[in-house]
Amino acid sequence: MSAENTHPATEDYRSQERPTWCPGCGDFGVLSAVHGALSQLGIPPEKIVAISGIGCSSRFPFFLSTYGIHGLHGRTMPITTGVRAAGHGLHVFTVGGDGDAFAIGGGHLLHAARRNLDITYLIMDNSVYGLTKGQASPTSALGYATKTSPRGTTDIPLNPLLLAMVAGASFVGRAFSGRPKELTRMIVEASRHPGFALIDIFSPCPTFNKVNTFKSYRDEVADLPKDHDPSDLMQAMNRAACESPRYLGVLYRVQRPTFLQQLEHLKTGTEADRPRLLEDLFDEMR
Amino acid sequence: MSRRRILEPECLLAMVQKTLQIRMAGESGEGVLSTGELITRAAARAGYRVLTSKTNPAEIKGGHATFQVCLGPVPLLEAKDELDVLVAFNEEAWQKSGPDLRPGGLLIYDSASFQPPQDPERSQYAVPMTGIARDRLKFGLAKNVVAVGVVAALFDLDREVLCELIEQKFSHKGAEVVARNLEALDAGRDYVREVLPQEALFSVEADRRSPTRMLLNGNQALSLGFLAAGCSFFAGYPITPASDVMEFLAVQLPRIGGVLIQAEDEIASLGMVLGASYTGARAMTATSGPGLSLMVEMLGLASMAEIPCVILDVQRAGPSTGLPTRHEQSDLFLAAVGGHGDSQRLVLAPTSVADCFVQAVNAFNLAERYQVPVLVLSDTVLASRMTDFERPDLANLPRWERLEARPTGPDFERYQITESGISPMSLPGTPFGQYVATGLEHNPRGLPRYDAANHAAMSDKRFRKFSKAALEAPEPFRQGDPDSELGLLTWGSTAGAVASALQELERRGVRLEMLAPRMLWPLPDHQVGEFLERKKRVAVVECNRTGQMATLVASRYNHPFGLGRINVYGGAPFRQAELVQKIEEWCQHVR
Repeated sequence: MSAENTHPATEDYRSQERPTWCPGCGDFGVLSAVHGALSQLGIPPEKIVAISGIGCSSRFPFFLSTYGIHGLHGRTMPITTGVRAAGHGLHVFTVGGDGDAFAIGGGHLLHAARRNLDITYLIMDNSVYGLTKGQASPTSALGYATKTSPRGTTDIPLNPLLLAMVAGASFVGRAFSGRPKELTRMIVEASRHPGFALIDIFSPCPTFNKVNTFKSYRDEVADLPKDHDPSDLMQAMNRAACESPRYLGVLYRVQRPTFLQQLEHLKTGTEADRPRLLEDLFDEMR
Repeated sequence: MSRRRILEPECLLAMVQKTLQIRMAGESGEGVLSTGELITRAAARAGYRVLTSKTNPAEIKGGHATFQVCLGPVPLLEAKDELDVLVAFNEEAWQKSGPDLRPGGLLIYDSASFQPPQDPERSQYAVPMTGIARDRLKFGLAKNVVAVGVVAALFDLDREVLCELIEQKFSHKGAEVVARNLEALDAGRDYVREVLPQEALFSVEADRRSPTRMLLNGNQALSLGFLAAGCSFFAGYPITPASDVMEFLAVQLPRIGGVLIQAEDEIASLGMVLGASYTGARAMTATSGPGLSLMVEMLGLASMAEIPCVILDVQRAGPSTGLPTRHEQSDLFLAAVGGHGDSQRLVLAPTSVADCFVQAVNAFNLAERYQVPVLVLSDTVLASRMTDFERPDLANLPRWERLEARPTGPDFERYQITESGISPMSLPGTPFGQYVATGLEHNPRGLPRYDAANHAAMSDKRFRKFSKAALEAPEPFRQGDPDSELGLLTWGSTAGAVASALQELERRGVRLEMLAPRMLWPLPDHQVGEFLERKKRVAVVECNRTGQMATLVASRYNHPFGLGRINVYGGAPFRQAELVQKIEEWCQHVR
């Protein structure tokens, strides 16, 4: 592919907009990793569409020099599905936060995963709502006290990795914004995976989440054992469920027909057949 | 086998007339609808102009269902209230539809099912449909086709055409089933011929000038229109009464390289449509009121980010789950002004089955040219109404394209402020065209900006498109006397009912003019405003409780006497007599 030979530099993916994030936000690390990954993938910026929802991390597309859709809160998966199904020759990836993905967008996530939609979904998981200034999110720890849960939340946190596996995602990974090299590598790997690739990224919010911090994550995480077999669903689920340590790496990866492959399989004609089809239908509908 | 002959030649003579209205009524799932469709199709092929209506219960099996066809030599605007022929499959059907049978009309009933009391004013004709099917043909399922044979013989429908239709309908079930149904058809025909004194009992004139006419219902006409308009992407969620548009396109779109996705809900449906349109596809969804309620946030995004899309709403009676299979025109508020913020979208309403095709084309053209959401408000009556339909001339369909940008350098302004409000749109893949489509207020480059001057300027830009689109509104449906002082405004399928009522009122010496705009939002001033200026008094006729069109019209125009309101809201369209009476009362009231 000619695009791969041009090898755009990291800089080429950076827009002139300055990120709106607080100093020390984990999302800066994710942004650098994405710039690096896109450069390694060598796809020209005009062939890329970055899609997000609403939230701090969802401002992401504005900081890229690519095409983008900054859509609606929780609705990244439907919009991505449309772009993917109708757009040709595009590289599409989706970004957003844990509230966007698992609360308001939870219903859509399940269906994008079971369709094996051909995208990479980067979830910047800080276990708190940042843009609305500090309420509990679906991944907040049980008992986490916020302004809307002053005596602590009563809901157990949702496990994004298990959810993705159960819903049918074919690539499930976990990364940490504090480990940018591994994150970049995983984004490249996910981008090359045919099908639905979800990466849950620990991306701390230093402003509103004083529980899940760069330090706390560093103490909790560990690399997957060398002998981890990502094609073994049961092993992947066991390790995804493990809370001490919280494993980083590609926990699960299988190949199955993707959404686009199946859509293509259904097509029996092309746009050029439209006039003849219409005339045939006119003949039939008498 | 009973061969009681009650028909007398005197009343048969009375049936030589211009139009004939036949209703089939029975238990849902018994084949009432398929019987009616077969007869309608055969009549249309024989050159009759036809117009059907049906009622069916929300349940899948059981409940009372009717199918009614009106046929004659000229295009029909609306069904008549009174029936000339009633085919009742059971006692409930006779009880419910019997009162609609006009004096001198003909009741055909299944004598195996019930026995109506004598009626001196109407002819009653017992046909042992179940008996013929079960005992003579040993094929109980063929009862409906026996009924088709009976009706076909009554006004001498061509046997060859019926045979062809039966073969088409049953061929997938094998030659044996086809043969037995053909036998049933002849059994029904022979029965009538043997017991009635003469053939061709009804002499209804046909229109034989246009042999290329098609036979479609509103949902089919819309589906074909969307295909003709270049739709290549559809995402939707099943809902009555819009699902058959999705089912139709699910078969057709892959044949032209298009895509149809069954989404997880209506929010996702419109989200997928916007994603697809962002890449340049002519994309749409179809739903009914409950689904449109869910789509409102996406409508706001489409309006703000200026992403073209088409939303078909086949309205049903609401609110909430409402009356899923019943008729109402009560989604206009939601379509025109539902949602937060100052958003703009265009609303079109087809006035007939034929107009469904045209408005589907208009919807895509307007959406693409103005980069706005376009809603098409159809309804339950149009969805299932079948009429004959002039074959469209594809070569002469208008096709308006999206204004595409091909920038040659950096700093491309996707939301460039222009006089028309239309800004060139770049499609992903186009170099230098990169931008982020966002629901945040943005500057011309698409970057989030919240200052007052920018918000005002961008709002004005978006609304300039809206005003300009109104100037390109399709021609309204006008009928009646342009010089009359009294006027009626109406919309959607009610336009046919009002036009038909006007013909009756004219016979009675009441002169009125009606106007049915086919673009309802924004209201085209050169149509609606002009009409209001010319009329001393105006009433708005619509099928809802709140007077939704009347309210929108009143919010824009000051009419010195205010607007009259003529409404029905029981879940059924206006009956002709009722509408004529209400209009007459209003005329007397304002005079």
